[in-house]
Amino acid sequence: MLSTTLAPQPTQPVTTPAPADLPLRAVFEQLQRTRTEPAWLRAARRKALEHFEQTGYPTLRDEDWRFTSVAPVAALPFRPASTSFASQFSAAALARLPFHGLEGDRLVFVDGHFVPELSQIAHRTDGVVVTSLATALAHQPEDLEPHLVRHARADDNAFAALNQAFFTDGAFIRVPAGRVVAAPIRLVFLASGREPDVTICLRNLVLVEAGAQATVLEHSTSLDGATHVTNCVTELVTGDRAVVEHLKFQDDNARAFHVAGFHARIGRSVKLLAHSFALGARLARFHVRAGLHGEGAEAVLNGLYLANRERLADHHMIVDHARPQCASHEYYNGILSDRARGVFHGRILVQPGAQKTDAKQTNKNLLLSDEATVDTKPQLEIYADDVKCTHGATVGQLHPEQIFYLRARGIPEEMARQMLIHAFAGEIIDRVRCAPVREELDRLIWDRLEQQEHLGLGAHD
Amino acid sequence: MSMETILEIQDLHAGVDGKAILKGISLTIHPGEVHAIMGPNGSGKSTLAAVLAGREGYTISAGTVRYCGQDLLELDPEERARAGLFLAFQYPVEIPGVNSTYFLKAALNEIRKARGLPELDAMEFLHLVREKIKLLELDENLLKRAVNVGFSGGEKKRNEIFQMAVLEPRLAVLDETDSGLDIDALRVVANGVNKLKRPDNAQLVITHYQRLLDYIVPDFVHVLCDGRIVKSGGKDLALELEAKGYDWIMGCSASPECVAAAT
Repeated sequence: MLSTTLAPQPTQPVTTPAPADLPLRAVFEQLQRTRTEPAWLRAARRKALEHFEQTGYPTLRDEDWRFTSVAPVAALPFRPASTSFASQFSAAALARLPFHGLEGDRLVFVDGHFVPELSQIAHRTDGVVVTSLATALAHQPEDLEPHLVRHARADDNAFAALNQAFFTDGAFIRVPAGRVVAAPIRLVFLASGREPDVTICLRNLVLVEAGAQATVLEHSTSLDGATHVTNCVTELVTGDRAVVEHLKFQDDNARAFHVAGFHARIGRSVKLLAHSFALGARLARFHVRAGLHGEGAEAVLNGLYLANRERLADHHMIVDHARPQCASHEYYNGILSDRARGVFHGRILVQPGAQKTDAKQTNKNLLLSDEATVDTKPQLEIYADDVKCTHGATVGQLHPEQIFYLRARGIPEEMARQMLIHAFAGEIIDRVRCAPVREELDRLIWDRLEQQEHLGLGAHD
Repeated sequence: MSMETILEIQDLHAGVDGKAILKGISLTIHPGEVHAIMGPNGSGKSTLAAVLAGREGYTISAGTVRYCGQDLLELDPEERARAGLFLAFQYPVEIPGVNSTYFLKAALNEIRKARGLPELDAMEFLHLVREKIKLLELDENLLKRAVNVGFSGGEKKRNEIFQMAVLEPRLAVLDETDSGLDIDALRVVANGVNKLKRPDNAQLVITHYQRLLDYIVPDFVHVLCDGRIVKSGGKDLALELEAKGYDWIMGCSASPECVAAAT
């Protein structure tokens, strides 16, 4: 969460009264009337809503949600965020955000609505498209139709269905065959907190065509401490031999609910590096879906979650080896303190015929208090015989022998603990290939570890 | 006590979980001296090293340890290190994710701060490292790795002595630094230790075997058995032990562990 100085000045009167809470269907119909979208999308939205109406929110009885209760989300009224605050943020306020100094395009969304004045998009002649999804839908719907809402399916989970029915906007990125976008493309998702309990639904579509290369950084954060639900789904489609680095940096406030999805269709000989850094939110749930649909593809799924107090960080992964000779490596580390909870569900599916699959999954958890807990659940389903699949999970505390070794060399105990915690986080941070992003992440995460008293030492005011 | 004493242990009793291990150790070390502690497995050698370095989990039930005029047992492990006490670990710990150079620079600067010296910057530290690493015939590239990660057994032991060379302790306690080393590595390690010997520092070499003492020649040899020093002497005592075995030492033959180990 950012300091409140970023929030709009209180001199701006809030003119729109909070809308009366309507049933979900009524909200949907109202929005649908105002939308001018292609028929295929209107139909897909309606289908998704119907799907959600059938299933409702998941409960703890649902195997995929055994450890994560979304009852507090279900209890909130469904209140889509309005556009009325989007333009109240100054560029100066934006400059206080992390990653601000990075080169490259930047798309800024406030409460799910694109803010062109805060965004920065280079003029291009090479065919690379970086724009808002709404703009793309208005001007080039034919480019979107084969992909949008096809990869993140409404029946994947209830939140994906809700997202499909209600997303307001998001990014559309298209890197044509053979093009290389060197600087990271940054998507900034801000929750203004100006209306209580709003739901922000974002949808991004990223197309990286054959042989093209791109780095995309999604940064989600809150401008104040008000409760909001952010539901952000990204669909990534890659052509043969594409090289993609995707980073999700989730830093919502401690009252927020953040439910998100990353759905990647991975083509032949593609190299995908997808990271999740989950630092914020009271409840964070991230669905990662990596579908290896072309031979020789490699996916590295890398993540770090930090949670303190009563917070919950949940990653729900499905890696689908649909074709032979693909590699997937999952590395997820969690650092949990106070009464925080971590959940890691890692499913690896090796389809019939996906021979020579090399799938590896590692989930390591560092518990910095006696009351922090983690539930980690690997799930391997293998329908091919010539494959290499490994998984491992650890849950533990800082190693006393390592702390003693450092202290025996003159390093104070607190610094020794910090070094070890930093090292644990560093294993994940070091896999980020984009150097300026990696360096900034390193600083940010280290600051956060210290601020949040994750170290379990001192720093108590 | 005289300021010229580096270490003075008096009637030290220590144990773990209510089990007595050290049962009255007394030992005085002066500047410029090399002391060897020999003894069979289970005699308390490593416990003595651990208690001196300040490892948690040991209960001191009686006795005192003075170190350079201070009550050593009152100090935290890091305070002991900053006061110039160094333990070369029997089993150096691997610390994934913590870079060797970063670690050693942090350690050195903590020690320098405690001594009122300015911290070394990256360049100054690099020069120091290059100079010291030659002593141990270690590959400089090892320092780009995480602490002890991917090091061979011999490299780990040499790395301990390399750290000792950089940190320049007043008192170095070498806990079975010879274990697991082949003869060439042993020679390199011993040579390093010998070169670090100065008139104003001291070394306490703990070993099971006499072999190491062919290379690190002690001024005094103490035989530890069942938590007590049962015999002290000059360097010839080590040779005598080698020839006759530990059960030759009076008061020790009662311990079956001693008999078994004296081969």
